[in-house]
Amino acid sequence: MEKILFLAYTQDDGLLPKAALETLNAAIDLASKLQAPLSLGLIGDNVQAAADAIAGCGAQEFFAVEGPDFASSRYASDAAAAEALARRAGATLVLAPSVSRFARSLPGAALRLDGRIETHVCALDPGGDSLSIQRWYYRQRMIATLTRSQRPWFLLIDPGVFKPWEGQQGQATVDKVTVALPENARRTRFVGFEAPAADAQTIRPEAELLFVAGAGWTKKQADGQPHVKEAEKLIHDFITKAKASLGSSKSLVDQTCEGGEVISLLSHLNQVGQTGATPRHPKGLATCCHGEEPHTVGWRFINERRAVNLDGSCGWAIGKADVLYVADAFQVMAKVNELLGD
Amino acid sequence: MSTGFHIVVCGSLVPDPLQTLNPVQGANGPGLKNELMLPAVLDPFAAHSLYEAANLAKKMPGSKIWLVSLGNKAKLQQLMMTIAQKVAFELVPLDGPASGFTDSFEVAAALAAAIDKLANLDRSRLLLFGGCASASRDAGVTLQMVGERLGILDQFLAVDELKLQEDGSLRILERIEGGQYQVSACAGPPAVLAWATGNLPEPPNNPQIGMQNMRVIMPALQKAQPAPVAAPGVTFASVTLPAQQRQTRVVKDVPVEEIAKEIVAWIKE
Repeated sequence: MEKILFLAYTQDDGLLPKAALETLNAAIDLASKLQAPLSLGLIGDNVQAAADAIAGCGAQEFFAVEGPDFASSRYASDAAAAEALARRAGATLVLAPSVSRFARSLPGAALRLDGRIETHVCALDPGGDSLSIQRWYYRQRMIATLTRSQRPWFLLIDPGVFKPWEGQQGQATVDKVTVALPENARRTRFVGFEAPAADAQTIRPEAELLFVAGAGWTKKQADGQPHVKEAEKLIHDFITKAKASLGSSKSLVDQTCEGGEVISLLSHLNQVGQTGATPRHPKGLATCCHGEEPHTVGWRFINERRAVNLDGSCGWAIGKADVLYVADAFQVMAKVNELLGD
Repeated sequence: MSTGFHIVVCGSLVPDPLQTLNPVQGANGPGLKNELMLPAVLDPFAAHSLYEAANLAKKMPGSKIWLVSLGNKAKLQQLMMTIAQKVAFELVPLDGPASGFTDSFEVAAALAAAIDKLANLDRSRLLLFGGCASASRDAGVTLQMVGERLGILDQFLAVDELKLQEDGSLRILERIEGGQYQVSACAGPPAVLAWATGNLPEPPNNPQIGMQNMRVIMPALQKAQPAPVAAPGVTFASVTLPAQQRQTRVVKDVPVEEIAKEIVAWIKE
């Protein structure tokens, strides 16, 4: 019989991130279908508030590795904590959200346990006796259904796939697991976070809409001149008014490195597609984007997609978008901004 | 006292991103149709890490770069014709499949074993570089497992910036959620840095570097050790292309005002 461990870390506010609650929901469902016991393993400075917040989830056991050494993200301490929790729980399946902290540390933890790991898991199918999972290969260009014989099997679940768990709070009894870090595990020190000022932040994972800007914004327009500053203002105004997240095609981002006139809002962090991110949002609006299949994987996980492009047969949109508006994006977005008001 | 870093870059080939990819089921599991015929490039994130390595080596005299690459020997040779002109390195080829369907656990074991055997590698100066995820398996786990096998406890994923501090420590920026960076300070090597894109453009071709590299690369390729990695324990039930094809409604010859109204109504739904 499988033994399932759900792993999560606490945020600065002491609670669990949304991605963790989504994975918790998946773990509860999986435990129910496999009729397997579910344990929870929490990592953080002090995890009691987080444990209490999910006390009603039906887990049989709550384990925790806590203390100042485990408050912030660091490979050595995170891998040691995850390893200790998996050992303590005797887990055969370890589910964790696919977030940077676990993406960095769980491969090492899996190796220490002679386990295996799958990341970017987007479906769990406990049909029959064995668990099958789905994940994408070749950067969202083909999807595989697979199973494994090795255990423990670590599974990093992509955010946005499952609904977050909602349920009763309570008072959880947490079994503390002691991890003694060797001195060389403290060679790395967490310094802090760097982020644009709140009003300059263009990446908003929780946004309803992803706005994808393509290279066409910086090309020569009908008057034979590029209008990059105008493009920048239109894009900035739109993502501010619509509270949208900003994505960009690779070519547009590359111009930042190549010294050409660029849209200053964009960095490699905004890049979506083959060598960028594949964010999940309910809606996506692509403008001035061009290219075929490899370029369009950036909006593979956008539910409703629309595009504005001058090319009516654009490979970015035909067969991939629900609606393609054949029009000048400069004119359309100026009008859209006007209609959205302040 | 020795100075500079010993930078080992792990990176292999992947199909050129512009190629059409089709999965096929072979006797040993899934693969790509005509895989050996597809034009290949150095894995994009690994390529960025190689350029960052070259930039770092230039700043730190006495540094050396190895490129450890697992892939079909003939394909690696083709790849080297372009990569070898950009950056000076010593190639450590492993002759095996570069398929995305091999297991990262096995790949990590092969890479770690090859690194372990490198002559003149000073582990106290080791920076293990590579991409944060391949364009084939796209799991983002291999480099951590290589580092773990080599006993390196300072690891960083999705790195965009590495700065050397005056005291010899490293200041590292890693991409995290929500368009932010995590800033960490590491006492120094050995460390694992799995790079995202970094901030450097692709170096121009330099035929002199190419000729210098190829003198070492060709004998290395001839002596490439076999590394028959697979995916034992994994059963692929299916590998398919996404079937969903949307019925795109094309709206043209419509006034801009009407298009804008429709978009705004859709956004507000």
